[in-house]
Amino acid sequence: MIGLLGYAAFFLTIALSYAVMCLGLNLQWGFAGLFNVGVAGFVGVGAYAAALITAAPVAGRVGGFGLPIVAGWAGAMVASGLVAAVVGAITLRLRADYLAITTFGAATSLQLVALNAQGLTGGPFGIAFIPRPFGALAPHPLAFGLANLALVAVVTAGAYWLIARLTHGPWGRVLRALREDETAAVALGKPAARYRLQAFVIGCALMGLAGAMQAQFFGFIAPDNYLPTLTFQVWVMLILGGAGNHRGAVAGAVMVWALWAFSGSLFAVLLPPGLEARGAALRIVAIGVVLAVVLLLRPRGLIGERATVSRHLRA
Amino acid sequence: MIGQILVDGVTSGAMIGLGAIGLTLVYAILRFANFAHGEFASWGAYFTLLIATALAAAFGTGAPIGPLSFGWPVLMALPLGMVLTGGLALALDRVLFRPLRRHGAEIVLVIASFGASLSLRAALEFIFTDRPQYFSHGIAIALPIGLGLRATADQIGLLGAAIVLMGVMHAVMTRTRLGRAMRATSENPDLARLAGIDVAAVVRATWLIGGALAAAAGVFLGITVQIRPDMGFDLLLPLFAAAILGGIGSVPGALLGGLIIGLAEALAVPLVGAQYRAAVSFVILLAVLLVRPRGLFGVGRE
Amino acid sequence: MSAPALQVQDLVAGYEPGLPIVRGASIAVAPAEIVVLLGPNGAGKSTLAKAVAGLVPVSGGEVRLRGMPITALPAHLLPRRGLAFVPQTENVFPGLTVRETLDLAAAILPAAERPAQIAQMLALFPDLAEMPRRRAGALSGGQRQMLAIARALITRPAVLILDEPSAGLSPRLVGLILGKLAEIRAHGVAVLLVEQNVRAALAIADRAYVLVEGRPAHEGPAAALLDDPVVAALYLGGRRAA
Repeated sequence: MIGLLGYAAFFLTIALSYAVMCLGLNLQWGFAGLFNVGVAGFVGVGAYAAALITAAPVAGRVGGFGLPIVAGWAGAMVASGLVAAVVGAITLRLRADYLAITTFGAATSLQLVALNAQGLTGGPFGIAFIPRPFGALAPHPLAFGLANLALVAVVTAGAYWLIARLTHGPWGRVLRALREDETAAVALGKPAARYRLQAFVIGCALMGLAGAMQAQFFGFIAPDNYLPTLTFQVWVMLILGGAGNHRGAVAGAVMVWALWAFSGSLFAVLLPPGLEARGAALRIVAIGVVLAVVLLLRPRGLIGERATVSRHLRA
Repeated sequence: MIGQILVDGVTSGAMIGLGAIGLTLVYAILRFANFAHGEFASWGAYFTLLIATALAAAFGTGAPIGPLSFGWPVLMALPLGMVLTGGLALALDRVLFRPLRRHGAEIVLVIASFGASLSLRAALEFIFTDRPQYFSHGIAIALPIGLGLRATADQIGLLGAAIVLMGVMHAVMTRTRLGRAMRATSENPDLARLAGIDVAAVVRATWLIGGALAAAAGVFLGITVQIRPDMGFDLLLPLFAAAILGGIGSVPGALLGGLIIGLAEALAVPLVGAQYRAAVSFVILLAVLLVRPRGLFGVGRE
Repeated sequence: MSAPALQVQDLVAGYEPGLPIVRGASIAVAPAEIVVLLGPNGAGKSTLAKAVAGLVPVSGGEVRLRGMPITALPAHLLPRRGLAFVPQTENVFPGLTVRETLDLAAAILPAAERPAQIAQMLALFPDLAEMPRRRAGALSGGQRQMLAIARALITRPAVLILDEPSAGLSPRLVGLILGKLAEIRAHGVAVLLVEQNVRAALAIADRAYVLVEGRPAHEGPAAALLDDPVVAALYLGGRRAA
């Protein structure tokens, strides 16, 4: 019973950290119409920032300030936000799918840095021994799990509240107006760019926060955690949960994480040992197919997007 | 040293250019960035490997041709692999992209292509595992070829093959009815219809040709480096950079863009290390988008 | 009139399904006739032309070309049937040369006829004959317009539709282009013209329709409409065309 509770706490903690990523992406896509295909990169920036700020020093690598976890999380948001500001300043004024390519490129480049800049990020081995919240409770798994869950839940609720306030207020209304009517956006000129940049930065800061939470919870991170698969997972969560809707973002995260974890266990049970890698690959194929089917069969407007292009393209 | 770098850059640039042609045409005609395009290169390499292996087993000849590292089976398998990959591209469009085009916004297509890319890559990993494979296990030695340049026989052979393919493409685009129709459609699909062009047929041809050329790029990459499920995906950022640098919709642009990217990456390796090759594409991409978003030969439809 | 080359009956068309811009329009154009569509902005003149050409979805009514219904046909099959459309903007392929454009457009003709047709277009537009290798994007406004018309005309259409061919051109060029249309009419082509330049258009036209809110509200011989106070009120702010 306790084992089940412990597992549930563990599961929910991770699901909620994804929910925070989803909230950030929802702000960017659902409200500002920004197509961020580099989610994994911004999550990674936050994770590494938090790790470097809170972990103990290690020879041959920068950082290791051993600061409290709160500082790590704050630093994570700042770091992701800064990177987002730079990327956004350069690319937000371009076509939407140029943003897709550039955020993808940014994430790829960031992952390369994480993998190779041993002096900065610990290289392929990543960073270990990241202090965990309520570390003193570690010997008591259930208490530890519940405490962490409580913490993540509080943070998620806080993020939800913040985002909801922002989007239901005047700032959010401008954002939605900009998204609905391209011409208005063009007419507004500079201020429009500023709103979009703000949405982009705030969304990425949330992703960084989520990365930090995961880093502290697991205690170690490696470049392999921040691959395009992560970006894809978050997008699937947002699509299935329903973009434009904060509750949908959270629900989607929990739902898809459940699917992911469940399929992981399923494959582990079904496949003979030694085939885990192939099983993992098959799982991704299956998820991709499921997403394709959902996209093909979904009722119009599940994502809440407007059909802009391709009206006359009947090829 | 610079000689080797130049040769490396030109050879990889040719591969990137070939791979970027399909990407730029689909981008211009169908107006979406196909994140799955890199997978055509990977699948092309694996298709060709399978066929070549089968041919070698059936006919007992796998011996390398002269100084090249690969033999007749690979050479015979290449066109077949290209055709199969063209078919794969067409099938992907028919099954996934075309239905989504009817009532989806562009972003749905991009997400779908991203998912397709993941699935296609994972499928390769499932079938072949991520163990690197090779067309042959011969070691390629760089030999001096004059003018202070050094190249392996493979590089020269592949560069020659790439030039032939480019020449064929150029002839098709400038002298055939299909090529003119493709150029017209990539500039203005509605006007193309008014001129009597069956845009749906042009779209099909674009997928076939783009997929086939990407497969060739994948095979070339497989010969010079290795075959892995990730190989095409690693090529994606350089492909996008080449297509945007050259100007979306322009075939000469894609080729020239590929060449520039290949050279830039090769030149950057001594400076920043081989691991950061892909980041070079990203930097160039950003530079192009900042300075001249329509690229070198872009026929801007912005 | 003799059997119309183009017959539009109660056409309903628009970009959005529930929001028709063309609301039950009926017009006809006979061979060797120039008909002008006039009307205030937003009246649906361009949309009607595009709907006939297959570029705008049609939700009601019928279009007949030489008696044959073409309403549901995809746009790219219409040139083969004998209908050609010259859009107002983006009406050439910037990256293709003059010669390539003509080759492209002539591709739907039987091979034996292509050289003659290309030669005829170059004869009709001597300016284009001087620069066959020039890219369309590098042509001047007037030359581009001529190429756009040549591109449409080369297939020997029974019906030629043009959307504001005089837009953005100097008065001299407007006269030149519209004069060419008169030449084209002499060859038996039925010409349907959407125009804002009322005076110039009515000078060469045979008949005109005045569209208001998606359907023809007024119709008559061009000469009569030149003096018609209704037309004047619609366009010229009360000022009568001289």
